[in-house]
Amino acid sequence: MSAAEFLDLSIQIGLGLILLGLAVAFIRLAIGPTLADRVVALDMMNITIIAFCALYAILIEDPSLLDVAIVVALVGFLATVALARYAERYFDREKKAPDAEAGHAKGGSDD
Amino acid sequence: MIDILKGLLILGGGAFVLIAAIGIVRLPDLLTRMHASTKAGTLGSLLILAALAIDIGTVEGTSKVLATVFFLLLTAPIAAHMIGRAYARTSVKREGADAAKD
Repeated sequence: MSAAEFLDLSIQIGLGLILLGLAVAFIRLAIGPTLADRVVALDMMNITIIAFCALYAILIEDPSLLDVAIVVALVGFLATVALARYAERYFDREKKAPDAEAGHAKGGSDD
Repeated sequence: MIDILKGLLILGGGAFVLIAAIGIVRLPDLLTRMHASTKAGTLGSLLILAALAIDIGTVEGTSKVLATVFFLLLTAPIAAHMIGRAYARTSVKREGADAAKD
């Protein structure tokens, strides 16, 4: 097997491994018991998509797909941070909800 | 020779990404799942980006790859920190609520 054939074969195998990893991470995104589990799975899928863009850029020999990988990295980081903040606030509100209802029943609100 | 190096980097990166994804499904706790995704997933992605940097070979392409690698290494700990902090705060509150219920 020549070196170029080895590279082509390893690109195909690498694409298969990355797509399998994307599908397996999606399982956790679907069944994740809490919101934080789903955020972790989404972060993993984001990193996997960056790797897929880089590998596809090697496959079609067009480096402009690297720009797509950079943008996906930027947007995915913002999405992960925003969802983590949302999870924190969500549980805060869930915990405060009985107190707020009790306060409302008494006619007072601390908001 | 360069092609063989690129192929080995690609195979290693794909294997690490797949191992990280399996770890996300198989590990029992959120913190251990985060450990799999943050370290193994980032390493696999960086290996494939290194293969792309060798494949491009020009200065502007390689510097773009280096910028992407730097950004990934900068943001992965921050994202893991945010998720871990959310989990720590909510789990402490849940334990407190359960103790108050009992």
